[in-house]
Amino acid sequence: MPPHDIPHDDFQNHAAQVGRPHHGSDTPPRRTLRVGIGGPVGSGKTTLVGSLCALLREDLSMVVVTNDIFTSEDADALRAAAVLPDDRIVAVETGCCPHTAIRDDIAANLDAVEELEALHGSAGDGVDLTLVESGGDNLTAIFSRGLVDVQIFVLDTAGGDDVPRKGGPGVAMADLLVINKVDLAPYVRADTDRMLSDARERRAGRPVIPTSLVDQQGARPVADWVLSQIAARNQP
Amino acid sequence: MSLPVVRTAESVTQTGVCVNSGLMMLIDGRFPAGGHTNSAGVEAAVRIGDVVDDATLERYLLGRLETTGLVDAAFAAHTCALVDPTEEELAEIDDELTARIPSPALRDASRRFGRQLMRAGSGIWSSPTLEVLATSDRGTHQPVVLGALVAAAGGTPHDAASIALHHLGTAVTTAGVRLLGLDPLSVAALHARVGRWVDTSCAEADVWAAAPMAELPATGGSLTDILAEDHAGWDARLFVA
Repeated sequence: MPPHDIPHDDFQNHAAQVGRPHHGSDTPPRRTLRVGIGGPVGSGKTTLVGSLCALLREDLSMVVVTNDIFTSEDADALRAAAVLPDDRIVAVETGCCPHTAIRDDIAANLDAVEELEALHGSAGDGVDLTLVESGGDNLTAIFSRGLVDVQIFVLDTAGGDDVPRKGGPGVAMADLLVINKVDLAPYVRADTDRMLSDARERRAGRPVIPTSLVDQQGARPVADWVLSQIAARNQP
Repeated sequence: MSLPVVRTAESVTQTGVCVNSGLMMLIDGRFPAGGHTNSAGVEAAVRIGDVVDDATLERYLLGRLETTGLVDAAFAAHTCALVDPTEEELAEIDDELTARIPSPALRDASRRFGRQLMRAGSGIWSSPTLEVLATSDRGTHQPVVLGALVAAAGGTPHDAASIALHHLGTAVTTAGVRLLGLDPLSVAALHARVGRWVDTSCAEADVWAAAPMAELPATGGSLTDILAEDHAGWDARLFVA
Protein backbone atom coordinates (compact mmCIF):
# COMPACT_ATOMS: atom_id res chain seq x y z
CA MET A 1 0.00 0.00 0.00
CA PRO A 2 1.59 3.29 -1.03
CA PRO A 3 1.94 5.74 1.85
CA HIS A 4 -0.67 8.06 0.45
CA ASP A 5 -3.21 5.30 0.89
CA ILE A 6 -2.34 4.72 4.52
CA PRO A 7 -5.19 6.16 6.57
CA HIS A 8 -4.19 9.66 7.43
CA ASP A 9 -4.93 9.20 11.11
CA ASP A 10 -2.17 6.61 11.38
CA PHE A 11 0.40 9.33 10.98
CA GLN A 12 -1.20 12.60 11.53
CA ASN A 13 0.09 14.99 14.09
CA HIS A 14 1.77 12.34 16.15
CA ALA A 15 4.60 14.73 16.84
CA ALA A 16 2.28 17.61 17.55
CA GLN A 17 0.12 15.52 19.86
CA VAL A 18 2.97 14.58 22.12
CA GLY A 19 3.69 18.26 22.46
CA ARG A 20 7.15 18.10 21.00
CA PRO A 21 8.69 21.52 20.50
CA HIS A 22 9.81 22.25 16.95
CA HIS A 23 13.48 22.22 17.79
CA GLY A 24 15.84 20.81 20.35
CA SER A 25 13.28 18.13 21.11
CA ASP A 26 15.33 15.43 22.76
CA THR A 27 18.13 17.55 24.17
CA PRO A 28 18.35 18.74 27.78
CA PRO A 29 17.19 22.30 28.47
CA ARG A 30 19.27 24.75 26.47
CA ARG A 31 21.80 26.69 28.52
CA THR A 32 22.38 29.42 25.94
CA LEU A 33 20.50 32.70 26.33
CA ARG A 34 19.36 33.90 22.90
CA VAL A 35 18.99 37.67 22.67
CA GLY A 36 17.43 39.48 19.71
CA ILE A 37 18.59 42.99 18.86
CA GLY A 38 16.25 44.93 16.58
CA GLY A 39 15.48 48.50 15.59
CA PRO A 40 15.39 50.90 12.66
CA VAL A 41 18.20 51.28 10.12
CA GLY A 42 21.16 53.20 11.52
CA SER A 43 20.04 53.15 15.14
CA GLY A 44 23.26 51.49 16.28
CA LYS A 45 22.45 47.77 16.44
CA THR A 46 25.77 46.65 15.00
CA THR A 47 27.72 49.03 17.23
CA LEU A 48 25.81 47.72 20.25
CA VAL A 49 26.55 44.12 19.26
CA GLY A 50 30.24 44.98 18.83
CA SER A 51 30.37 46.70 22.20
CA LEU A 52 28.57 43.84 23.96
CA CYS A 53 31.04 41.37 22.46
CA ALA A 54 33.98 43.48 23.62
CA LEU A 55 32.57 43.82 27.13
CA LEU A 56 31.40 40.23 27.61
CA ARG A 57 33.68 37.98 25.55
CA GLU A 58 36.19 37.48 28.38
CA ASP A 59 33.53 36.06 30.68
CA LEU A 60 31.10 34.40 28.29
CA SER A 61 31.20 32.07 25.29
CA MET A 62 29.39 34.13 22.63
CA VAL A 63 28.19 33.77 19.03
CA VAL A 64 26.49 36.29 16.73
CA VAL A 65 24.01 35.86 13.88
CA THR A 66 23.56 39.01 11.83
CA ASN A 67 20.78 39.76 9.33
CA ASP A 68 21.74 43.03 7.74
CA ILE A 69 20.05 43.57 4.40
CA PHE A 70 23.43 43.39 2.68
CA THR A 71 24.35 40.35 4.57
CA SER A 72 28.07 40.40 4.95
CA GLU A 73 28.46 44.06 5.91
CA ASP A 74 27.59 43.75 9.56
CA ALA A 75 29.57 40.57 9.91
CA ASP A 76 32.53 42.25 8.21
CA ALA A 77 32.26 45.25 10.54
CA LEU A 78 32.32 42.94 13.53
CA ARG A 79 35.23 40.95 12.15
CA ALA A 80 37.16 44.10 11.24
CA ALA A 81 36.78 45.28 14.82
CA ALA A 82 38.02 41.81 15.82
CA VAL A 83 35.41 41.60 18.53
CA LEU A 84 34.93 37.87 17.95
CA PRO A 85 36.74 35.20 15.94
CA ASP A 86 35.42 34.66 12.41
CA ASP A 87 33.84 31.32 13.15
CA ARG A 88 31.59 32.84 15.83
CA ILE A 89 29.83 35.21 13.42
CA VAL A 90 27.39 34.15 10.69
CA ALA A 91 25.44 36.33 8.28
CA VAL A 92 21.98 35.17 7.22
CA GLU A 93 20.15 36.23 4.03
CA THR A 94 16.60 37.40 4.62
CA GLY A 95 15.19 37.49 1.08
CA CYS A 96 14.58 41.27 1.23
CA CYS A 97 12.33 40.89 4.29
CA PRO A 98 14.22 41.36 7.56
CA HIS A 99 11.07 41.29 9.68
CA THR A 100 9.88 38.03 8.09
CA ALA A 101 13.18 36.39 8.98
CA ILE A 102 12.93 37.25 12.69
CA ARG A 103 9.19 36.88 13.14
CA ASP A 104 7.01 34.99 10.62
CA ASP A 105 9.50 32.54 9.17
CA ILE A 106 12.49 32.13 11.45
CA ALA A 107 13.82 29.03 9.65
CA ALA A 108 17.02 30.56 8.26
CA ASN A 109 17.92 32.26 11.53
CA LEU A 110 17.09 29.26 13.67
CA ASP A 111 19.20 27.06 11.42
CA ALA A 112 22.15 29.43 11.77
CA VAL A 113 21.72 29.76 15.56
CA GLU A 114 21.55 26.01 16.11
CA GLU A 115 24.50 25.40 13.81
CA LEU A 116 26.69 27.98 15.60
CA GLU A 117 25.72 26.75 19.06
CA ALA A 118 26.43 23.16 18.03
CA LEU A 119 29.77 24.15 16.52
CA HIS A 120 30.92 25.85 19.71
CA GLY A 121 30.10 23.40 22.38
CA SER A 122 27.98 20.70 23.80
CA ALA A 123 25.58 20.73 26.70
CA GLY A 124 27.19 21.85 29.93
CA ASP A 125 30.15 23.45 28.23
CA GLY A 126 28.57 25.40 25.41
CA VAL A 127 27.66 28.84 24.25
CA ASP A 128 26.44 31.16 27.02
CA LEU A 129 25.06 33.94 24.86
CA THR A 130 23.79 34.09 21.27
CA LEU A 131 23.06 37.53 19.82
CA VAL A 132 20.72 37.70 16.79
CA GLU A 133 20.94 41.09 15.12
CA SER A 134 17.99 41.93 12.91
CA GLY A 135 18.36 43.84 9.67
CA GLY A 136 17.32 47.46 10.05
CA ASP A 137 13.55 47.61 9.91
CA ASN A 138 10.48 49.59 10.87
CA LEU A 139 8.79 50.10 14.22
CA THR A 140 6.46 47.12 13.83
CA ALA A 141 9.22 44.50 13.73
CA ILE A 142 9.51 42.12 16.64
CA PHE A 143 11.38 38.87 17.25
CA SER A 144 9.55 35.57 17.49
CA ARG A 145 9.74 33.78 20.84
CA GLY A 146 10.70 30.70 18.84
CA LEU A 147 13.96 32.40 17.88
CA VAL A 148 15.06 34.37 20.96
CA ASP A 149 14.45 34.31 24.70
CA VAL A 150 14.59 38.08 25.21
CA GLN A 151 14.91 41.04 22.89
CA ILE A 152 16.39 44.51 22.85
CA PHE A 153 14.97 47.27 20.64
CA VAL A 154 17.36 50.09 19.72
CA LEU A 155 16.18 53.62 18.81
CA ASP A 156 18.24 56.54 17.54
CA THR A 157 17.81 59.87 19.35
CA ALA A 158 18.48 61.61 16.04
CA GLY A 159 15.77 59.50 14.36
CA GLY A 160 13.09 61.75 15.88
CA ASP A 161 12.20 62.29 19.52
CA ASP A 162 8.55 61.47 18.80
CA VAL A 163 9.35 57.83 17.98
CA PRO A 164 8.85 56.44 21.53
CA ARG A 165 5.46 58.14 21.61
CA LYS A 166 4.47 56.45 18.34
CA GLY A 167 5.07 53.12 20.00
CA GLY A 168 4.62 49.93 18.00
CA PRO A 169 5.46 46.37 19.06
CA GLY A 170 9.24 46.93 19.22
CA VAL A 171 9.02 49.98 21.46
CA ALA A 172 6.20 48.64 23.61
CA MET A 173 7.06 44.96 23.96
CA ALA A 174 10.84 44.56 23.79
CA ASP A 175 12.30 43.33 27.07
CA LEU A 176 14.76 46.23 26.98
CA LEU A 177 14.47 49.50 25.06
CA VAL A 178 17.75 51.26 24.32
CA ILE A 179 17.60 54.93 23.32
CA ASN A 180 20.94 55.36 21.63
CA LYS A 181 23.03 58.33 20.49
CA VAL A 182 21.78 60.56 23.31
CA ASP A 183 25.03 62.55 22.82
CA LEU A 184 23.53 63.84 19.57
CA ALA A 185 20.42 65.27 21.24
CA PRO A 186 21.62 68.92 21.39
CA TYR A 187 22.52 68.88 17.69
CA VAL A 188 19.16 67.59 16.51
CA ARG A 189 17.12 69.42 19.16
CA ALA A 190 15.81 66.18 20.58
CA ASP A 191 14.30 66.12 24.05
CA THR A 192 15.73 62.95 25.60
CA ASP A 193 13.80 63.41 28.84
CA ARG A 194 10.60 63.34 26.86
CA MET A 195 11.77 60.31 24.87
CA LEU A 196 12.49 58.44 28.09
CA SER A 197 9.22 59.38 29.77
CA ASP A 198 7.17 58.61 26.61
CA ALA A 199 8.91 55.26 26.33
CA ARG A 200 8.30 54.37 29.98
CA GLU A 201 4.66 55.25 29.58
CA ARG A 202 4.37 52.81 26.67
CA ARG A 203 6.20 49.96 28.35
CA ALA A 204 4.36 49.03 31.52
CA GLY A 205 7.44 49.08 33.72
CA ARG A 206 9.85 47.32 31.36
CA PRO A 207 13.30 48.94 31.41
CA VAL A 208 14.56 51.76 29.18
CA ILE A 209 18.27 52.63 28.99
CA PRO A 210 19.74 55.75 27.33
CA THR A 211 23.15 55.13 25.76
CA SER A 212 25.93 56.73 23.83
CA LEU A 213 28.10 54.14 22.14
CA VAL A 214 30.91 56.45 21.07
CA ASP A 215 33.11 54.18 23.15
CA GLN A 216 32.44 50.60 24.12
CA GLN A 217 31.99 51.35 27.82
CA GLY A 218 28.81 53.17 26.81
CA ALA A 219 27.18 49.75 26.44
CA ARG A 220 28.01 48.76 30.04
CA PRO A 221 24.43 49.18 31.36
CA VAL A 222 23.13 47.00 28.49
CA ALA A 223 25.82 44.40 29.17
CA ASP A 224 24.80 44.37 32.84
CA TRP A 225 21.18 43.86 31.83
CA VAL A 226 22.20 40.90 29.62
CA LEU A 227 24.18 39.40 32.52
CA SER A 228 21.16 39.78 34.80
CA GLN A 229 19.05 37.89 32.23
CA ILE A 230 21.61 35.07 32.14
CA ALA A 231 21.67 34.95 35.95
CA ALA A 232 17.87 34.84 36.11
CA ARG A 233 17.83 32.01 33.55
CA ASN A 234 20.38 29.92 35.42
CA GLN A 235 18.59 30.16 38.74
CA PRO A 236 17.37 26.73 39.84
CA MET B 1 -5.13 37.86 -21.05
CA SER B 2 -7.28 35.58 -18.95
CA LEU B 3 -7.12 31.83 -19.03
CA PRO B 4 -10.09 29.94 -20.39
CA VAL B 5 -11.13 27.19 -18.03
CA VAL B 6 -12.73 24.17 -19.61
CA ARG B 7 -15.35 22.67 -17.32
CA THR B 8 -17.26 19.57 -18.18
CA ALA B 9 -19.53 17.48 -16.01
CA GLU B 10 -16.68 15.01 -15.67
CA SER B 11 -14.02 17.57 -14.77
CA VAL B 12 -16.25 19.12 -12.13
CA THR B 13 -16.49 15.83 -10.27
CA GLN B 14 -12.78 15.14 -10.74
CA THR B 15 -11.84 18.40 -9.09
CA GLY B 16 -13.57 17.11 -6.00
CA VAL B 17 -10.22 15.47 -5.08
CA CYS B 18 -9.45 16.35 -1.49
CA VAL B 19 -6.53 18.61 -0.69
CA ASN B 20 -6.46 18.32 3.05
CA SER B 21 -5.46 21.09 5.42
CA GLY B 22 -2.00 19.66 5.98
CA LEU B 23 -1.22 19.63 2.27
CA MET B 24 -2.49 23.18 2.00
CA MET B 25 0.07 24.19 4.60
CA LEU B 26 2.86 22.53 2.62
CA ILE B 27 1.69 24.34 -0.51
CA ASP B 28 1.53 27.71 1.24
CA GLY B 29 4.59 29.90 0.80
CA ARG B 30 4.02 31.16 4.33
CA PHE B 31 4.86 27.77 5.81
CA PRO B 32 7.82 28.67 8.04
CA ALA B 33 10.55 26.68 6.31
CA GLY B 34 12.64 29.57 4.98
CA GLY B 35 11.31 29.53 1.41
CA HIS B 36 11.16 33.31 1.44
CA THR B 37 14.96 33.44 1.35
CA ASN B 38 15.17 31.49 -1.94
CA SER B 39 15.12 33.38 -5.25
CA ALA B 40 15.84 30.21 -7.26
CA GLY B 41 18.68 31.98 -9.03
CA VAL B 42 16.72 35.11 -9.95
CA GLU B 43 18.96 37.38 -7.87
CA ALA B 44 21.98 36.35 -9.94
CA ALA B 45 20.03 36.41 -13.21
CA VAL B 46 18.88 39.96 -12.50
CA ARG B 47 22.42 41.14 -11.92
CA ILE B 48 23.65 39.91 -15.32
CA GLY B 49 20.59 41.37 -17.04
CA ASP B 50 19.10 38.01 -17.99
CA VAL B 51 15.87 38.85 -16.16
CA VAL B 52 14.65 42.43 -16.51
CA ASP B 53 10.86 42.34 -16.90
CA ASP B 54 7.77 40.12 -16.98
CA ALA B 55 8.67 38.50 -20.30
CA THR B 56 12.20 37.57 -19.31
CA LEU B 57 11.01 36.42 -15.88
CA GLU B 58 8.50 34.11 -17.55
CA ARG B 59 11.15 32.73 -19.87
CA TYR B 60 13.48 32.21 -16.91
CA LEU B 61 10.79 30.40 -14.94
CA LEU B 62 9.94 28.11 -17.84
CA GLY B 63 13.63 27.34 -18.24
CA ARG B 64 14.03 26.44 -14.59
CA LEU B 65 10.83 24.38 -14.51
CA GLU B 66 11.93 22.30 -17.49
CA THR B 67 15.39 21.65 -16.03
CA THR B 68 15.95 21.76 -12.26
CA GLY B 69 12.20 21.89 -11.66
CA LEU B 70 11.61 18.53 -13.30
CA VAL B 71 14.40 16.96 -11.28
CA ASP B 72 13.04 18.33 -8.00
CA ALA B 73 9.50 17.26 -8.86
CA ALA B 74 10.59 13.76 -9.83
CA PHE B 75 12.59 13.25 -6.63
CA ALA B 76 9.76 14.62 -4.49
CA ALA B 77 7.30 12.26 -6.22
CA HIS B 78 9.62 9.27 -5.93
CA THR B 79 10.25 9.86 -2.22
CA CYS B 80 6.56 10.38 -1.60
CA ALA B 81 5.85 6.89 -2.94
CA LEU B 82 8.32 5.12 -0.65
CA VAL B 83 6.93 2.83 2.00
CA ASP B 84 9.10 2.20 5.02
CA PRO B 85 12.41 2.82 3.20
CA THR B 86 15.75 1.78 4.63
CA GLU B 87 18.49 4.22 5.50
CA GLU B 88 20.44 2.95 2.48
CA GLU B 89 17.55 3.61 0.12
CA LEU B 90 17.19 7.18 1.32
CA ALA B 91 20.92 7.72 1.16
CA GLU B 92 20.84 6.49 -2.43
CA ILE B 93 18.08 8.94 -3.33
CA ASP B 94 20.12 11.68 -1.75
CA ASP B 95 23.20 10.65 -3.74
CA GLU B 96 21.23 10.44 -6.99
CA LEU B 97 19.91 13.98 -6.46
CA THR B 98 23.34 15.28 -5.47
CA ALA B 99 24.68 13.90 -8.75
CA ARG B 100 22.11 16.04 -10.59
CA ILE B 101 23.19 19.27 -8.86
CA PRO B 102 26.68 20.12 -10.16
CA SER B 103 27.09 23.39 -8.19
CA PRO B 104 28.41 22.90 -4.64
CA ALA B 105 26.65 26.13 -3.62
CA LEU B 106 23.30 24.78 -4.86
CA ARG B 107 23.92 21.48 -3.09
CA ASP B 108 24.49 23.39 0.15
CA ALA B 109 21.40 25.51 -0.40
CA SER B 110 19.28 22.44 -1.15
CA ARG B 111 20.41 20.75 2.07
CA ARG B 112 19.89 23.90 4.06
CA PHE B 113 16.32 24.28 2.76
CA GLY B 114 15.79 20.58 3.41
CA ARG B 115 16.97 20.95 7.00
CA GLN B 116 14.69 23.93 7.54
CA LEU B 117 11.70 22.14 6.02
CA MET B 118 12.44 19.11 8.18
CA ARG B 119 12.61 21.25 11.31
CA ALA B 120 9.21 22.79 10.57
CA GLY B 121 7.53 19.64 9.28
CA SER B 122 8.78 17.12 11.82
CA GLY B 123 7.02 19.03 14.58
CA ILE B 124 3.73 18.42 12.76
CA TRP B 125 3.89 15.09 10.93
CA SER B 126 5.64 11.80 11.43
CA SER B 127 6.16 8.72 9.26
CA PRO B 128 8.66 5.89 8.85
CA THR B 129 10.42 7.84 6.07
CA LEU B 130 10.69 10.98 8.21
CA GLU B 131 12.05 8.96 11.11
CA VAL B 132 14.89 7.68 8.96
CA LEU B 133 15.54 11.13 7.48
CA ALA B 134 15.73 12.61 10.99
CA THR B 135 18.81 10.49 11.68
CA SER B 136 20.74 12.04 8.79
CA ASP B 137 23.40 14.31 10.20
CA ARG B 138 24.27 16.10 6.97
CA GLY B 139 20.81 17.39 6.14
CA THR B 140 18.70 15.97 3.33
CA HIS B 141 17.95 17.65 0.01
CA GLN B 142 14.78 19.74 0.07
CA PRO B 143 12.82 17.77 -2.58
CA VAL B 144 13.40 14.52 -0.67
CA VAL B 145 12.15 16.04 2.59
CA LEU B 146 9.22 17.57 0.72
CA GLY B 147 8.22 14.22 -0.78
CA ALA B 148 8.38 12.57 2.65
CA LEU B 149 6.29 15.32 4.27
CA VAL B 150 3.68 15.24 1.51
CA ALA B 151 3.29 11.50 2.03
CA ALA B 152 3.04 11.93 5.80
CA ALA B 153 0.42 14.63 5.31
CA GLY B 154 -1.65 12.23 3.22
CA GLY B 155 -0.66 13.40 -0.25
CA THR B 156 0.19 11.55 -3.45
CA PRO B 157 3.33 11.58 -5.62
CA HIS B 158 1.37 13.82 -7.97
CA ASP B 159 0.79 16.25 -5.10
CA ALA B 160 4.48 16.17 -4.20
CA ALA B 161 5.55 16.92 -7.77
CA SER B 162 3.12 19.76 -8.25
CA ILE B 163 3.98 21.32 -4.88
CA ALA B 164 7.70 21.19 -5.76
CA LEU B 165 7.05 22.94 -9.06
CA HIS B 166 4.69 25.43 -7.45
CA HIS B 167 7.35 26.38 -4.91
CA LEU B 168 9.81 27.00 -7.71
CA GLY B 169 7.27 29.24 -9.41
CA THR B 170 6.65 31.11 -6.17
CA ALA B 171 10.35 31.60 -5.49
CA VAL B 172 11.02 32.94 -8.99
CA THR B 173 8.00 35.24 -9.19
CA THR B 174 8.37 36.61 -5.65
CA ALA B 175 12.02 37.38 -6.27
CA GLY B 176 11.07 39.18 -9.50
CA VAL B 177 8.62 41.35 -7.60
CA ARG B 178 11.04 42.07 -4.76
CA LEU B 179 14.19 42.68 -6.80
CA LEU B 180 12.78 44.45 -9.87
CA GLY B 181 9.62 46.02 -8.47
CA LEU B 182 7.53 44.22 -11.11
CA ASP B 183 3.75 44.53 -10.94
CA PRO B 184 2.63 41.71 -8.61
CA LEU B 185 -0.70 41.44 -10.45
CA SER B 186 0.86 40.82 -13.84
CA VAL B 187 3.44 38.51 -12.28
CA ALA B 188 0.65 36.48 -10.67
CA ALA B 189 -0.97 36.15 -14.10
CA LEU B 190 2.37 35.02 -15.48
CA HIS B 191 2.64 32.41 -12.73
CA ALA B 192 -0.82 31.13 -13.59
CA ARG B 193 0.04 30.86 -17.29
CA VAL B 194 3.15 28.86 -16.51
CA GLY B 195 1.06 26.74 -14.13
CA ARG B 196 -0.56 25.18 -17.16
CA TRP B 197 2.81 23.68 -18.03
CA VAL B 198 3.21 22.48 -14.46
CA ASP B 199 -0.15 20.72 -14.50
CA THR B 200 0.77 18.87 -17.68
CA SER B 201 4.21 17.84 -16.44
CA CYS B 202 2.87 16.41 -13.21
CA ALA B 203 1.10 13.73 -15.23
CA GLU B 204 4.52 12.04 -15.15
CA ALA B 205 4.43 11.80 -11.36
CA ASP B 206 3.31 8.18 -11.26
CA VAL B 207 6.08 7.24 -13.69
CA TRP B 208 8.63 9.00 -11.47
CA ALA B 209 7.19 7.28 -8.42
CA ALA B 210 7.71 3.84 -9.97
CA ALA B 211 10.96 4.43 -11.87
CA PRO B 212 14.35 3.20 -10.62
CA MET B 213 16.11 6.13 -8.99
CA ALA B 214 18.90 6.21 -11.55
CA GLU B 215 16.33 6.72 -14.31
CA LEU B 216 14.70 9.79 -12.82
CA PRO B 217 15.09 12.97 -14.91
CA ALA B 218 18.58 14.46 -14.97
CA THR B 219 17.85 17.71 -16.77
CA GLY B 220 19.82 20.82 -15.93
CA GLY B 221 21.28 23.98 -17.35
CA SER B 222 24.89 25.00 -17.06
CA LEU B 223 23.98 28.67 -16.58
CA THR B 224 22.00 27.73 -13.48
CA ASP B 225 25.09 26.25 -11.87
CA ILE B 226 27.51 28.90 -13.10
CA LEU B 227 25.30 31.70 -11.80
CA ALA B 228 24.78 29.91 -8.48
CA GLU B 229 28.54 29.61 -7.97
CA ASP B 230 29.01 33.28 -8.85
CA HIS B 231 26.17 34.29 -6.51
CA ALA B 232 27.66 32.34 -3.60
CA GLY B 233 30.83 34.39 -3.91
CA TRP B 234 29.13 37.79 -3.78
CA ASP B 235 29.99 40.07 -0.96
CA ALA B 236 26.38 41.00 -0.44
CA ARG B 237 23.38 38.78 -1.10
CA LEU B 238 19.71 39.25 -0.32
CA PHE B 239 18.76 35.63 -1.01
CA VAL B 240 20.41 32.34 -0.07
CA ALA B 241 20.36 31.20 -3.70
